[in-house]
Amino acid sequence: MILGGIDIVTLIATLMAASTPVLLAATGELVAEKSGVLNLGVEGMMIIGAVAGFAAAVGTGSPVLGFLGGALAGALLATLFAVLTQVFLSNQTATGLALTMFGLGLSALFGKGFEGVRPPATGKVPFGPLSEIPGLGRILFSHDWVVYLSLALVVAVWAFLRFTRAGLILRAVGENAEAAHALGYRVVAVRLMALAFGGALAGMGGAYLSLVRVPQWTEGMTAGAGWIALAIVVFASWRAGRVLIGAYLFGGITALQLQLQAAGYAIPVHLLSMAPYVLTIVVLVVLSAIHRRGVQAAPAALGRSFHAST
Amino acid sequence: MGTTLLKIEGLTKAYPGVVANDGVGFEVGRGEVHALLGENGAGKSTLVKMIYGLVKPDSGTMTFNGAPYTPAEPRAARLSGVAMVFQHFSLFEALNVAENVALGMENPPPLRDLARRIREISAAYGLPLDPERLVGDLSAGERQRVEIIRCLLQDPKLLIMDEPTSVLTPQEVDILFHTLRKLSSEGTAILYISHKLEEIRSLCDGATILRGGKVVGSCVPREKTARELAEMMVGGEFTTTDRSGRALGATIFEVKALSLPSMSQFGPSLREVSLSLRAGEVLGIGGVAGNGQEELLATLSGEVPSAPGTVKLHGQDISDLGPNDRRRLGLQGAPEERLGHAAVPNMSLTDNALLTGTVRRPLTRKGFLDMTAARLFAEEIIQAFDVRTPGPHVAARALSGGNLQKFVIGREVLQAPEVLIVNQPTWGVDAAAAAAIRQALLDLAAKGAAVIVISQDLDELMEIADRFCALNEGRLSDPRPTEGLTIDEIGLMLGGAHGMAEAAQ
Repeated sequence: MILGGIDIVTLIATLMAASTPVLLAATGELVAEKSGVLNLGVEGMMIIGAVAGFAAAVGTGSPVLGFLGGALAGALLATLFAVLTQVFLSNQTATGLALTMFGLGLSALFGKGFEGVRPPATGKVPFGPLSEIPGLGRILFSHDWVVYLSLALVVAVWAFLRFTRAGLILRAVGENAEAAHALGYRVVAVRLMALAFGGALAGMGGAYLSLVRVPQWTEGMTAGAGWIALAIVVFASWRAGRVLIGAYLFGGITALQLQLQAAGYAIPVHLLSMAPYVLTIVVLVVLSAIHRRGVQAAPAALGRSFHAST
Repeated sequence: MGTTLLKIEGLTKAYPGVVANDGVGFEVGRGEVHALLGENGAGKSTLVKMIYGLVKPDSGTMTFNGAPYTPAEPRAARLSGVAMVFQHFSLFEALNVAENVALGMENPPPLRDLARRIREISAAYGLPLDPERLVGDLSAGERQRVEIIRCLLQDPKLLIMDEPTSVLTPQEVDILFHTLRKLSSEGTAILYISHKLEEIRSLCDGATILRGGKVVGSCVPREKTARELAEMMVGGEFTTTDRSGRALGATIFEVKALSLPSMSQFGPSLREVSLSLRAGEVLGIGGVAGNGQEELLATLSGEVPSAPGTVKLHGQDISDLGPNDRRRLGLQGAPEERLGHAAVPNMSLTDNALLTGTVRRPLTRKGFLDMTAARLFAEEIIQAFDVRTPGPHVAARALSGGNLQKFVIGREVLQAPEVLIVNQPTWGVDAAAAAAIRQALLDLAAKGAAVIVISQDLDELMEIADRFCALNEGRLSDPRPTEGLTIDEIGLMLGGAHGMAEAAQ
């Protein structure tokens, strides 16, 4: 199906892959922020995940180990942030910004030897005849396993936060750390785990960029995807379902503008490249403005340090 | 009252610079309602925190139910059968009642079963509560019910209650006492902390009195008068306020049909509030917190301007003036929240004195701060209001609540306002300090100022106010003279208790 020089099926199939890095990072950040910690270092954790995942995949020849390596690197960086902000009570905003700069610099250093190398290919999941269905097959059954994993994680995080006791405790810690402490919950431990999980997903999202999307290592290749992930969490009113909408919207417009460029429309390239960022923010701002009433959106203790004094 | 449930011996806890508890010992029997009495800083909170496992004692032993008891954390305390209702509620506003209850339990059943059990218990104890509602939408009394039900679901042997009635209407207090007596008759012991001596006299079987971290006596509260109890707490003569010698002057302050949209998500809006005040008059505004008290103070003090013509001082329309312009004209306010609203926690007392004092006091010279004058002003407040602190250089947050409250009230009173509006002037302040603050407000009125006291403490309003009106869901009732007003009439003015009809059956 072709509309105005754009193949719709290809567009939808590409947008799912294009959205995956941001979706992973935003889902992870959602969990971290639900526990009451604002980690602005998503960009740094993503790029560290990108370079570590790339190195692990090239070194072992296994893309699966590559993604694990990326997740591990992201989690390690997040743990550094967690120790600084939760144990040593450093300022979360400043530490998060520092983490981003640290990650960008460190990844450039480690990545020097990997420029121009091709990573092992991440295979598509074999769905057999299902992927032969016209249209639907291309859209639903022609992706690599990380795309499906990212969707499963959104559902899992939603269900975890909503239905499980551990999820309830995590939300309670993010709402009112003092009260959670008074009830005997380990605020710092909960936040350490939430941050590490957020870092792992950000790292995995970064690895998806360097192993599948591009696929090669270039310095600064995340190009602001981490910041978009952060914005998506806020404007999605801290809800997993809306994080998915926001991420796919961002990925969709990214895919669309590339196709528009390819189709030779006379729109300045700069405007097209800008479009995903601008439109995603605009749509999510409108969404969050509509839903302002009703349930309180932000976790009440977001960004506030907690110290268990008497 | 049967055998001993909790026995405490030689319990000591020291913090840097203070010994909060020094060799404290007492006993609570099964089914006994036992009161802990003491001024602010007497060590009551530290003591119950040790019993609940939040603070570890330095030395001393506790025996609970015949066995040694050393709770390492609240979880362990709860498992042993100790439950606690906190002074500042440990609730989560964005979660619903059932989720809040589940968080306080060790092994909660699935939410649906839990909702059913909450309904059962709330019916059995006359505490109506809907498990599906968001806690942020509940009144203070209803929030307390959430805490109590959370405790009751665990069949506690000992229930600790820290200042439970300070946020309740008289009818809600009756319901609470009914519940507590029922619990006590079923064998649950209750450890009850309160400043309100009349309540303790009517509810408690025994009392332990703390002063400066030490046990200074014990008694059966029913056999003592409130005055005797107060003197045991303070350790000396106790002065009552003197409200004589005031003459009312002309009307100087008027509010007409003032409406204000709500300032926060769960906050109320003000609806058509009207009042007028004469020089030398004290107007008491009662009502449960969260019914518009904060909003009323904010708009009268100028933090939130109101529609033209709604607020008049000496006949001049000041509706659109900010706080400093209003101070210049003689209208001052002291908000309820001491740390963060009335005072900046991390700034010294001198700096805090400067924050509201520059308009009516000569604390600046040609636009520059006069730190010497500011320090002298702070010292004057400290001296006149008996603020216990090493000096004016101390940060505001280092003061205990009662001392900071004296400082904040003193700062406004010493600027000789013509109209002073205070919200909860004695919240969490001990009896002696509260009496001093009330006397200062009366003395100010005697000099011809008009004073509005917003408070949840009805006894306080009866003691100092000339007229009383109730603030309920943002509406202000017509004022009535306090003389001859009964507690029942006040209860009706406050709109009764929430959900009272169900409870009465």
